[in-house]
Amino acid sequence: MRPEGNLSRQETWEVPPQPKEHTLRIILPATEAAVRRGLESIKSGLGSVGYGQDELASLEIVLAEALNNIVEHAYADHSDGMIEIHLSQTAKGLWCTILDNGQMMPGGEPPIGRSANLDCEVADLPEGGFGWFLIRELAHELEYVREGDRNRLCFRMSIGHMA
Amino acid sequence: MKLTHQDFDDVRIVSVVENRIDAACAIQFKDEMRALSDSGPARIVLDLENVEFLDSSGLGAVVGALKAVRHGQSLELAALHPTVQRVFHLTRMDTVFSIHTSVATAVEGIANAS
Repeated sequence: MRPEGNLSRQETWEVPPQPKEHTLRIILPATEAAVRRGLESIKSGLGSVGYGQDELASLEIVLAEALNNIVEHAYADHSDGMIEIHLSQTAKGLWCTILDNGQMMPGGEPPIGRSANLDCEVADLPEGGFGWFLIRELAHELEYVREGDRNRLCFRMSIGHMA
Repeated sequence: MKLTHQDFDDVRIVSVVENRIDAACAIQFKDEMRALSDSGPARIVLDLENVEFLDSSGLGAVVGALKAVRHGQSLELAALHPTVQRVFHLTRMDTVFSIHTSVATAVEGIANAS
């Protein structure tokens, strides 16, 4: 594995001792501003341990969509929700787990994320609905589970030092 | 959300000062773009040189800005960072907008607009 790849050594993050190596845990308030700051710290933290710009771009796109969905939908009725993010590098890529205590996804399933129909007049172009499409395009092995009153979204990004 | 603008003969260059257009500022961006296109000439070029990241809300706001232009007015994009370019490409919105590699090429009219 990479010599500096032990993410738990990042001093700027409050990371409790982890049984697993290469795991980063971040907890942030469910607000758009906190999501923005969280993404910046994840990006600068991972950038300093050798992830490339392209890899970080894909990760930021997916995390931004997943986290903003939680802020806007799961916690639509809450102003004090929290989001927990675990990132763990393995030989298959970077595994991401996102936990929140907001509402269940509609129907208990993550949206399919169809690509938008752009074959139309400018006036009819869609202004939304791109988020889940981007997640599905860039993330692999995506799984969503409702555990009691908690949402768990798990997926793999094909980035980082892979075997 | 800070936007600055500079007018030439028939084109207004609108530059985004901040480094991201995301969920936290998308609505404000769309409103300010609308005000600048309402009062602007026939061509509006949105300079994204400083924008390192754009999420789906930001993309929606740029599309909203396109839908808000007057009849006969155009909104073109310039100087997309790779991450921003990737979001436009994945969603195929790069087929909807004229995209210039830089503001200079957009203004000179010799752009490789798509």
